[in-house]
Parts: sequence; C-alpha cells; structure tokens
Amino acid sequence: MKKTWNEYLWIASLTYMILGFFNILFAWLGLLCFFFPLGIAIVKGTKGYCNHYCGRSQLFSLLGNRLGLSRKKDTPRWMKSKAFRYGFLVFFFAMFFLMLWNTWLVFAGAQNLKQVVTLLWTFKLPWHWAYRGTLFHPGVAQFAFGFYSVMLTSTVLGLITMALFRPRSWCVYCPMGTMTQLICKAKCPQKPRRHVP
Amino acid sequence: MTAITKRQRRAEVDRAVCVACGCCLKVCPLSAIEVYRGVYARVDQRRCVGCGMCAGECPAGVISVWEVQA
Ligand code: SF4
Ligand code: SF4
Ligand code: SF4
Repeated sequence: MKKTWNEYLWIASLTYMILGFFNILFAWLGLLCFFFPLGIAIVKGTKGYCNHYCGRSQLFSLLGNRLGLSRKKDTPRWMKSKAFRYGFLVFFFAMFFLMLWNTWLVFAGAQNLKQVVTLLWTFKLPWHWAYRGTLFHPGVAQFAFGFYSVMLTSTVLGLITMALFRPRSWCVYCPMGTMTQLICKAKCPQKPRRHVP
Repeated sequence: MTAITKRQRRAEVDRAVCVACGCCLKVCPLSAIEVYRGVYARVDQRRCVGCGMCAGECPAGVISVWEVQA
C-alpha cells in the first residue's frame, strides 16, 4: 500500500517537541492541534483529526508497535471508564485555564515572566535557554511556556501509558479525543447502543 | 445427517464504550472497519474476515471476535 502524506505527520509532532527546546515561541504552533480537531468535529461532525491527521498518535503507534516499546497489555478498566475520561477532561481544562490566567497576569503586568516548563502540573523544569527576549510582550512568551508545558505533559503521559499498555492507550483518555467525540455525539442523530451479538 | 455449516469469524465493536480513536481502521487489512460520525467504529460484516488485527490494536479493548454461522 502506498503511504499518503498524512501518514508522516508524526514527523511534525516530533519536530514540534524538539523545536520547543530551542525556541519556546514555536509552542504557539501547537494551537493547530487544538483548533484543527475541534474545527473538524464542529463543522463535519467527525473525528477526522484522530482518524487521519493526528501526528502524536502516529508517533505512539510507531514507537510502540514498530520499535516494540509497548508491553501491549490491556488498558486498565478504570482508565477507559467514562468517569476517568470525563474527569481527566475537566481536570485538563481546569489546568489549561489556570495557565491562561497566569499568562493574563503577565500581560497585565501583575506578574513577571517565569521561564519554566511545568511537567505533570507539578515539576518546574528550568527552560530559560529557549527564550532570550524578543520584540513581543513577555506575555506572548508566558503563553508559549505554558502551552509547551501542556504539550510536554501530555506527551510524557502518553509515552508512559504506551509503554505500560497498548501503543495508543493515550487516545483513550486524550482530552482532545474525548472532547471531539463528545461534540460528534451531540451532533449525531442516533445514540449508540450497547452492541454485543 | 448433519447439515454442513461453515464456521467463520467476525469482529464486533462494543459501540457504547468505543472512543472513536480509529486505531482499528489503520490496521484492518480489508478496510472493513470505519468510524461512524466520530462516535463509534463499526465493522462491515460482509468484508471482515475475523483476523483480529483490530482487536489487538484497540486501546480501549472494545473489539471482540466471534464465531458466526455462515
Ligand atoms: S485521541 Fe488524542 S492522541 Fe489520539 S488520535 Fe485523537 S487527538 Fe490524537
Ligand atoms: S480502536 Fe477501538 S476504541 Fe478506537 S475506534 Fe476502533 S473500536 Fe473504537
Ligand atoms: S477482524 Fe480483521 S478484517 Fe475484521 S475488521 Fe478487524 S482487522 Fe478488519
């Protein structure tokens, strides 16, 4: 089978993570991974992004399947429960808005720029080398640090569950995946029934 | 005399718990599975040969392969 261009999007995902080490402002590009999936879900009512264009899941699948970095064990039941998936979505967004709030404080001049990347919402990693000041307002950089933290955290979580369970176990609780499915559900005329023959 | 029955295998998705990620589509050698409106995956029972590739890949473990009478 001939490969199509979208099967190489994992390269874009990998490049994105690497660029953040050199210049944090590239983190802004990550907004594409927010607006694309949502746009497709809202306009077309499909998970076209997850199903065809998500580079991150391709990366997990490549590392887990091709390089054998996954145990390929069943994802635990609690992790795929609706309670955990929706709970994680809410938590993720709460943290996201907290990040936006901190960005706002920098824009408003109430707080100074913090050049750190926060991993797993807890660990503050020094990241000052990736920003040397620009013509932009420090708030622009603060958002970049915050957004990169979100992307790095989700990548690390995804890598952990890839190693422990199936390569794409992250997709079970990925907030973008859960949210786009919720939008699609809201737009879909028939509700899925429990379907076991 | 017993009737000759051919046993075949088919994949089936538990739609209520599918997360519609589409891992299954990428591995199906017969393109027998699709994600319906971003809500759940469904199997085209006429094309599926029950190889189980999709079931092995599904991160939510919601695909099972059943024996059917054909
Ligand atoms: S669930 Fe998340 S990681 Fe998985 S394909 Fe969708 S957007 Fe990508
Ligand atoms: S891989 Fe599993 S959870 Fe994902 S769409 Fe297919 S059946 Fe649904
Ligand atoms: S069992 Fe095999 S043929 Fe049937 S849907 Fe799954 S991957 Fe495709």
